Amino acid sequence: MTEFLQFLLKGISVGSLYALLALGYTMVYGILQFINFAHSDVFMLGAFFSWRLATWFKLIDPSPLVATSLLLAAMALCALTGFLIELLAYRPLRRAPRLNVLITAIGVSLFLENSGQLVFGKDPRSYPQLLAEHTFSVGGVNVRSVEVIAVVTALALMVALHTLVYRTKIGRAMRAVSIDHKVAGLMGIPVSRVISFTFVVGSALAAAAGVLVGITYGQIKQPADSSWVLYGLKAFVAAVIGGIGSVPGAMLGGLLIGLCEQFVGGYISTQLRDAIIFALLIVVLLVKPSGLLGRRAIEKI
Amino acid sequence: MSLLEVDALDVHYGAIHALHKVSLAVEEGEIVTLIGSNGAGKSTTLRALSGMVQSSGGTIVYGGRSIVGLRSDEIVRLGLAHAPEGRGIFGSLTVRENLELGAFSRRDGKVRSDLERMFERFPILQERAQQSAGTLSGGEQQMLAVARALMARPKLLLLDEPSLGLAPKIVQKIFAIVAEINRDGVTILLVEQNAHLALSVAHRAYVLETGEVKMAGSASELAASDEVRKAYLGVG
Repeated sequence: MTEFLQFLLKGISVGSLYALLALGYTMVYGILQFINFAHSDVFMLGAFFSWRLATWFKLIDPSPLVATSLLLAAMALCALTGFLIELLAYRPLRRAPRLNVLITAIGVSLFLENSGQLVFGKDPRSYPQLLAEHTFSVGGVNVRSVEVIAVVTALALMVALHTLVYRTKIGRAMRAVSIDHKVAGLMGIPVSRVISFTFVVGSALAAAAGVLVGITYGQIKQPADSSWVLYGLKAFVAAVIGGIGSVPGAMLGGLLIGLCEQFVGGYISTQLRDAIIFALLIVVLLVKPSGLLGRRAIEKI
Repeated sequence: MSLLEVDALDVHYGAIHALHKVSLAVEEGEIVTLIGSNGAGKSTTLRALSGMVQSSGGTIVYGGRSIVGLRSDEIVRLGLAHAPEGRGIFGSLTVRENLELGAFSRRDGKVRSDLERMFERFPILQERAQQSAGTLSGGEQQMLAVARALMARPKLLLLDEPSLGLAPKIVQKIFAIVAEINRDGVTILLVEQNAHLALSVAHRAYVLETGEVKMAGSASELAASDEVRKAYLGVG
């Protein structure tokens, strides 16, 4: 039972990070129908931007104010990065075949990984302790306060995003653009600006995930480490399982992947963990190709 | 000066020459219709006017200024709205959200009262306001498409095949609404395959054939002409 609870809590903790990342994949896919392979690099940059700022300004005393400021700063920097990626790499290809955009995304990803190494070095870094560490026990399981804070932060950001997409004018425009660019334009929606905005928001969420990884684990792998990409891949799987293009789907998918990873790793095999997750993807795609909450095409003539 | 003046408009889709030097004019307050068979270039003409496709030659002057090369969202802001072919309803959004999107570019504070006016004119849309637009029937979707375009408070409304796929009774209703909108002061450029219906409501008409204007004249003249009666009204 304790074991079960431990996997459950850990699963939620990891899953909420996947969910934050998955949102970026799903929003960009929803609006441009391509997989933004550079998304996991923006996530990595979020961790490194905040690490760099913290070390520059010698922010060594844990405080919620410092942690929040760093989180917001990293989100702003990554939002700018996302904006530039879209503007410089993807926008010129708006009328090009999707495959060209996909290859460009891989190029951008490699560019960011290597620039990351150039700027931040090729070594893993220990991440400063930004929040005071407490441990308490829930049903015999030790829970770290930073993990709770990370989960709460991730959930708050997801609620904020959900509100943005479903309750605001710009969110309505994003949904309209994801259905039909041309008709959205006829409504007076500046389509290109909405696409930029989507990259800005998705990148800010990825940055938040990066900062939360640093806060939770206390160290970050070097910029070109394969673990960043693996994180991204699993978040992408989460987006597909939830139904690519669906915002609630990405959140659900992220949590499911996190839980699945912990339970499979805990009860079955750590080695087979990732294989099983990708097998799960195949099963979902076979049974429900549009994903759990994917858009069902409703069309009437 | 006419509200809309199109001169020698050319459109290419890749190697296909879809419009050949199409010229037409729409005066303020008119209903003008483009009739012609499938593939004659009627929808393409509207798409070129609203910036959905780029023209490869010719001029489009609307309200005294050239709108060639402007983006769709810039054109709507000038008061030229387009209810496109196939209606272009956002199926996963609610009826109300669709209507609100129609007013996206407006900055005045009267969007809410216009929404109420649309609900008065189209009571069925009020009933279904919170439903996903994709669950509406074809006729209801067409009303939504028209209402949504009107939410932009257009001076000129481009309407593409509002009768397509609808039962005759509903078509009558939609055309009555078109005439009503026009009486309220909205100029209309109507594309229609149902020539009989289009000519009954329009002031003037153009006949398009394989991307070219073949005939032009008042609606009653064209409805009486042998050529039009044979080719498009199924008479003779």
